[in-house]
Amino acid sequence: MGFLTSMTPAEGVAAAMLVALIVYALLGGADYGAGVWDLLARGPRAEAQRELIAHAIGPVWEANHVWLIVVIVLLFTSFPAAFAVVMTTLHIPLSLMLIGVVLRGSAFTFRSYDATELARRRWNRVFSIPSVVTPILLGMVVGAIATGEPGRAAEAGGPVPLLSTWLRPFPIAVGLFALNIFAYLAAVYLTLETVDRELREDFRRKALVSAVTLGVVAWVVYLLARDSAPLVYEGLDRASWGAPLRYATGAMAIAAIAALALRWFALARLAAAAQVAMILWGAAAAQYPYLVPPHLDMTRGVAPPIVHKLMLIALGIGSLILVPSLIYLFRVFKGHTFQGGRRDEEGPVRPTPA
Amino acid sequence: MTNLLAARLQMAMSLGFHIIFAAIGIALPLMMCIAEACWHRTGDPIYRTLAKRWAKGAAILFAVGAVSGTVLSFELGLLWPEFMNFAGPIIGLGFGLEGFAFFTEAIFLGVYIYGWDRIPPLAHWLAGALVAASGALSGILVVSVNGWMNTPTGFDLVEGVATNINPPAALLNPAFVSEALHMTIAAYAATGLLVAGIHAIMLRKDRDNPFHRRAMGIALAVGGVAAVLQPLSGHYSAQVVAETQELKLAAMEAQFHTERRAPLRIGGLPDVGSQTTPYALEIPGGLSFLAYNDPNAEVKGLDAFPSDEHPPVAVVHVAFQIMVACGIAMAAVSLWGALAWWRTRRLPTGGAFLTAVALASPLGMIAIEAGWTVTEVGRQPWIIQGVMRTKDAVTTVPGLWWSLAAYTALYVMLGVVVVMLLLHQFRSSPRAEAPTGEGL
Repeated sequence: MGFLTSMTPAEGVAAAMLVALIVYALLGGADYGAGVWDLLARGPRAEAQRELIAHAIGPVWEANHVWLIVVIVLLFTSFPAAFAVVMTTLHIPLSLMLIGVVLRGSAFTFRSYDATELARRRWNRVFSIPSVVTPILLGMVVGAIATGEPGRAAEAGGPVPLLSTWLRPFPIAVGLFALNIFAYLAAVYLTLETVDRELREDFRRKALVSAVTLGVVAWVVYLLARDSAPLVYEGLDRASWGAPLRYATGAMAIAAIAALALRWFALARLAAAAQVAMILWGAAAAQYPYLVPPHLDMTRGVAPPIVHKLMLIALGIGSLILVPSLIYLFRVFKGHTFQGGRRDEEGPVRPTPA
Repeated sequence: MTNLLAARLQMAMSLGFHIIFAAIGIALPLMMCIAEACWHRTGDPIYRTLAKRWAKGAAILFAVGAVSGTVLSFELGLLWPEFMNFAGPIIGLGFGLEGFAFFTEAIFLGVYIYGWDRIPPLAHWLAGALVAASGALSGILVVSVNGWMNTPTGFDLVEGVATNINPPAALLNPAFVSEALHMTIAAYAATGLLVAGIHAIMLRKDRDNPFHRRAMGIALAVGGVAAVLQPLSGHYSAQVVAETQELKLAAMEAQFHTERRAPLRIGGLPDVGSQTTPYALEIPGGLSFLAYNDPNAEVKGLDAFPSDEHPPVAVVHVAFQIMVACGIAMAAVSLWGALAWWRTRRLPTGGAFLTAVALASPLGMIAIEAGWTVTEVGRQPWIIQGVMRTKDAVTTVPGLWWSLAAYTALYVMLGVVVVMLLLHQFRSSPRAEAPTGEGL
């Protein structure tokens, strides 16, 4: 328990932010990914795939989305200078991302309540197209921060560069990486959402394909990082935990692919989630102690310790309500995905909004 | 158009949009819970249908409220980075707690909407109650931040830097209780009467429809009680403003000159050039009495403050008059309904009453927008009263005009869609001949 005494309150809040970001990727991210598969649905079972996606994410949709707000609130409360720099130097990608959030967030609900089939199909488009664009922008923002360009632009002062901070190969690669991660997670999760063999095979295939492309994109990101995000690259390369973490992430990736190949879907989900969590954890640890490299770390432009302590207390007390509530939500609506082979005798579970 | 003006317009538009959905998100779940409770008590299936119908509306409006709220949490930084850099640590506790309240709301709304017949009836009803409670708590916590902008506390200002930060003291700022009370009651009054008005319109065509009668009954009960209480909370709020923001009070009341026995000006169009308010009905000593409980009390006028700190008086005064007028009309309609109910023990469904309820329907939302204008424009040129000017808080990112145009187009479109979807829901509401209408 040594970390409890060595960790400053600021680092504690930063760790909580990272956890919230990882959970957002695992839950909210999969909702983006599901939108990607909605857009790409083809063939005889396209409608069945779309329906499965809508039913799978409906009940948890709003809750999954709140994790992003948690990250933002923790950021501006505890690290106000970093928040101000990110919001200024990455104004355009963030604004575009928000438009995507608004479009898909409202369209997803609208399509459940509109009158005609045609209108529903249109809402589906308004949901699925931003589901592809938004995660790319989110990834680009994260990638841009890692390059240090936004941090340098803010430090230099002068007019705010509108495009040069983020319209670069590395952020674009990270954007595609994020999209691929989310699509991969969604496909893996969706294999557990249906009792229909053919539908499950559809998503198993999608999961396998996106697992392979994820490997390729990850490799490209890693190569680009050497020149574009040297600080993060070196952080990952130099640290004693760097190599073990990379091996563990790779092992999880292989485990997920193997489990998918063997149709052990529950295990595949566990391995895929662990793999994604490790990718994010590794990236954050490589960037540590910087929030916005190369200047803003855990000591510069941060809130006073009293604020961090209060936020940690609030997070602790809030979790006492939040965690049981979330467990209840997932038990009621996602319980069927944890029941293994017994599902085949039961009818499919299709929660519909009423 | 300057960047500052574009940023202010975008913030005003975003907040003005979100506040409607936020207000409905506070009050509609309460009404839906009351309907479900009535169903459990009476076994009357119409109440169940009603709860489901309102839940549909709540789902649509919550979705828009959630995304527009997400946009706002980013816009704080996208438009006002200097404000957030200064204020983030001080007011973050309120936002952080609000995050948890919002989380609870989102979780149990999912449970409620998708959980009919999947979970035990009591658990389902409790989920709805949690949505209603956390929605109200969420609103109260957000308003605490606005209260802090009006009456900043919980820090010491040393050479432009905030030291000795005390977030709980910032949360419990002097304006917090009065603003939170006024806004929460406003949410119930505005939503209740808005919904009651819609059902009143349906009842005018279909007088005996039991679905709309029950719906209007619950909506009027929630909205009416709140509308009758609201003038009291408004009076309390004005006294807090008189105590903590004398300049804002002067602008609200178009009080150009400091004077004893200040009159209450009803209506009128303040003219800054001549320092007068033509067309106003003046009640001698009224303002002194309302603000300080003494008809001879001195009320500070705009002339007591440097002119570069004056807010746009005409906007603030007119918005205040609109808010008060709407509030009084809403209270009057509510009292009419209460009196009729008290005398006959029946919900009045006479043509005149239904027309009055229908006409009062939009007033609550108009009052909310006007009241928000009073508190925000009335604080200008400050973003944090006496601490930071709005022009010093705005982002240095050029070309905000584009952002304003894009978000305006987006929100206009969204508003039109929401109205169309809700109209579709109302058109498909149960007819009198099929009162149990389970075809949902």
